[in-house]
Amino acid sequence: MTKKSKLLLGAIIVAAALSYLIYGGIREAAVYYITPAELNEKGASAADRSFRLGGMVVPGSVHWDPGTLQLTFRLTDGKEQVAVMHTGSPPDLFKEGTGAIVEGKYNSGNLFIASTILAKHSEEYRPPQAGQAQAKDLYRTLMKPPEERR
Amino acid sequence: MISTLGRFTMVLALGIALYGAIVSILGARRRKPALIESGRGAVFAVFGLATFAVLLMEAALVGRDFGIRYVARNASLGTPLLYTVIALWGALEGSILLWIWILALMSLLAVVIEGKRNREAIPYATAVLLSISAFFLFLAAFPANPFTAIFPPPADGRGPNPLLQNHPLMAIHPPCLYSGYVGWSVPYAFAMAALIKGRLGEEWIRTVRRWSIVAWGFLTVGIILGGWWSYEVLGWGGYWAWDPVENASLLPWLTGTAFLHSMMIQERRKMLKVWNLALIITTFTLTIFGTFLTRSGILSSVHAFSESTIGPLFLAFIGVILLVSFGFLVYRSDGLKAEGDLDSLVSRETAFLMNNLLLLGFAFAVLLGTLFPLISEAVRGVKVSVGEPFFNKVNVPIGLVLIFLMAIGPLIAWRRASLESLRRNFSLPLLLAFLGTGVSSILGVRGLYPLLAFSLAMFAAATVIQEFARGARARRQISGEGYLTALSNLTRRSQRRYGGLIVHLGVVLVVIGITASTVFKLEKEVSLKRGESMHLGRYQVRFDDLTAWQESHRFVVQGTFTVLNSNRQVAEMRPAKRFYPSEQQPIGTVDVRSTPREDLYLILSSFTRDGASATLKVLIRPLVMWIWIGGAVMALGALVAIWPDRRVLAAEPIKERVAWQPGRS
Repeated sequence: MTKKSKLLLGAIIVAAALSYLIYGGIREAAVYYITPAELNEKGASAADRSFRLGGMVVPGSVHWDPGTLQLTFRLTDGKEQVAVMHTGSPPDLFKEGTGAIVEGKYNSGNLFIASTILAKHSEEYRPPQAGQAQAKDLYRTLMKPPEERR
Repeated sequence: MISTLGRFTMVLALGIALYGAIVSILGARRRKPALIESGRGAVFAVFGLATFAVLLMEAALVGRDFGIRYVARNASLGTPLLYTVIALWGALEGSILLWIWILALMSLLAVVIEGKRNREAIPYATAVLLSISAFFLFLAAFPANPFTAIFPPPADGRGPNPLLQNHPLMAIHPPCLYSGYVGWSVPYAFAMAALIKGRLGEEWIRTVRRWSIVAWGFLTVGIILGGWWSYEVLGWGGYWAWDPVENASLLPWLTGTAFLHSMMIQERRKMLKVWNLALIITTFTLTIFGTFLTRSGILSSVHAFSESTIGPLFLAFIGVILLVSFGFLVYRSDGLKAEGDLDSLVSRETAFLMNNLLLLGFAFAVLLGTLFPLISEAVRGVKVSVGEPFFNKVNVPIGLVLIFLMAIGPLIAWRRASLESLRRNFSLPLLLAFLGTGVSSILGVRGLYPLLAFSLAMFAAATVIQEFARGARARRQISGEGYLTALSNLTRRSQRRYGGLIVHLGVVLVVIGITASTVFKLEKEVSLKRGESMHLGRYQVRFDDLTAWQESHRFVVQGTFTVLNSNRQVAEMRPAKRFYPSEQQPIGTVDVRSTPREDLYLILSSFTRDGASATLKVLIRPLVMWIWIGGAVMALGALVAIWPDRRVLAAEPIKERVAWQPGRS
C-alpha cells in the first residue's frame, strides 16, 4: 500500500468514527418538543424519554414552598393540562399566564418532573402599565437611606 | 438632521465602495495605475465616512436624540454614560455600523501595510474588501438603517437591554468578537486576489499569515470574554451553554485554527494548496454565516426567517461568496497541484493533517447540532432540539484527541521522524502524564474523560515546557546568557514557533479550568431566614440582611451574606436583583468571589417582601479563573507570533517581480 492510500484509509477511518459519534449523539440527545395534549395522548409510552413540554402556565396553579423548594404548576395548550413539578426557585421570567417550556420526563403518576424551566422572554418593550405596582412600592419595607448601606 | 446626514453618509460610502471595487479591477486588468490609485483612495474615503457615521451615532446617543429610532430604543435619560456609549453595539443596526467601521479600518490597514509589498495582489484584494464593505453598507443604508427617524420623538428612550448594561465587559467583548469576525476578511481578500490573478504560489500565504493570527487572536479573546460575561451576568453559574450565538463564534474559530496549522504545511512543503484556499473561504463564509444565524431570527423557527428583512439578504450574500470563491477555485485547479509529497506517515505533516480533519469534524458537529432543530422542522415537521448532551458527547472525545495532537505536533519532525527523536522528545512528558494521571486519581478524579483530560493536559504542558527549557539551555551553553535572557532571545529568534507553543500552553490552562470546574462543581439551593446559614464545601454562608434602594435607572434589592471558612470570616457577598422600569421581570445580579483555587458563586433566587427570608443558590466551581488566564495566555502567544521581527524588517525589501509601479509611471 502506498503512503497516500494509507493516509486516505486513516482519514476514512477517522471520518467514519466521527460520523458514528455524531449519529449516536443525535439519537441519544435529541429532545422532542411536545404539547400537553400530545403528551397525554402518548401517556405511559412517553415515560422513558426526555421531552421539552411547552405551554402556558395556568393562572392560579402555581405553588412554591420556599422551605422544600418544591415548585408545582400546570401547563396548558388550551386543550389539555399537564401537572409539572420542579425542585428549585421559579426563574425570574416565570409567571402565571405566560408561556414556559420545561424539559424533563413524565413519571408514572401523571406528573411531569422538570429538570429545567425555560421561561419565554418577550423581547417586546412594554411600558409600565397603569395600576401596576412599582418595584419600590412592593419592597418599601426594605428601603433604607443610601448612607446606611455600604 | 442627524437622520438625513447619517443616511446620506451611508449611501455615499456605498457608492464609493462600489466605485472603488470596480476601478480597482479595471485598473489591474488594463494596467492603469491611476485607476488603482483611485481604488486605494476609495478605501480611505470609506474609512473616513464610516468613522464619521460612528461619531454621528455616538453624538446622537450621548446627546439623547430620541428622534432617532435606534437611540430611542437603546438609550434613555437614566442610562449611565458608559452604557450609553456602548449602546452602539447593543442592537442589530448599531452592530452593523460597528462592523462596517472595523472592516473599513482593517481594509485601510491592509492597503497601507501590504501596499508596498504586494503591488500585484493589492488591487484585487482592495476590490474584494470594498465589495464586502458594500454589502454591509447596503444593509446600513436601506433595510437596517441605524439612522431611521421617528416622529414625534418620545420624551424618554427605553434604554439598552438590562443584560447589556449590567457589566462593563460588554464594553470590550463585542468589539473584540467583531474584530475577530471581520479580521478574516483580509486573509480571504488576499486568497481571492491570488485566485483571480492566478498567482497560486506561496506568496499569498506569506501575506496573510500575520493577518490570520490577528483575526484568530481577536476571535479567541472575544469568545473567552463572551464566556466570562455569560458567567458574570447571566447568573446560571456556567460560561458555555452551546447556545447558537456561542456556536456561531466557535465555528470560524475552529476552521481558522485548522488554517493556521495547514498553512504551515504549504509554506514548508508546498502541499495542500486547494485545501488552504478552501479553508480560508470556509472560515470567511462562517463569519458571515454566524451573523446571519444570530441576527435573522431563523433559529427560533423557520417561519420567523421569512419575516426578517435582512435574513434573505445574508443568505443571498453567502450564496454569492460560495459560488464566486469556489468557482474560481475550480477554474484555477490546474495551477494548484501539490509540489511536495508526503515522505512518511510519522511526521508533522500527518499530525497536522489529522488535526485539520478533527477540527473540521468538530466544526461540522457544532454546525449540525446548531442547525438540527431547523433541519428537523423543515424536513420532518417535528421540532427537535439536541442541546448540551449532544455537544458534550460528540465534541469531548474529539477535543481530547486534539489535545494529544497539540502536544505531539510541534515536536515531531517535518518529513520523517526517527524513532530516536520520538523517544528523546516524548519520554519525559509521557512519564509526567502518567504521574499526573496517578495524582489526579488520588485527588479524587473519576471517569475516563476527566482523567484523560488531565493527563493529556499534563502531557501537552510538559512538551511545551521541555521545549522552552531545552532551547534556553542550548543557548546558555553556546553564549553563556542567563536563563531569562536565553529564554527571551530564543523566543525572539523564532517568534512564530514559540508564540504558537505559548498559545498551546494557554489551551492547556483552559482545558484544565473547564474540566475541573465541570467535574468538581458543587451546587446547593436553600431558603434561609435572617441569621441562618448553610454549608457547602469548605464554606459556611450566613444570611445577614436584605436591603433595597432606588438608583437613577433601576431599583435594586440586595442581600448581604457573610462567608465563613472554618469559622473565619473570609468575605461579605451581595447578590442582588435589579428591577428595570422597561422590563416586567427583575434581572439577577450574581456575586462571585474568585480565587485561583475556586470560585464561590452566589445567586439570590428569591426573597419575601418583608426581607425576613431569602432563597439562595450557591455554587462552588474550582479553577474557573484559569480559563480566563488561559485565554490571556493564548492572546499573549498570538501577540508574540505576530510581533514585528526587527531582523526581517531590516533585511526584507520583498523581492517580487514588479512589471510596473502604480503611481510612478
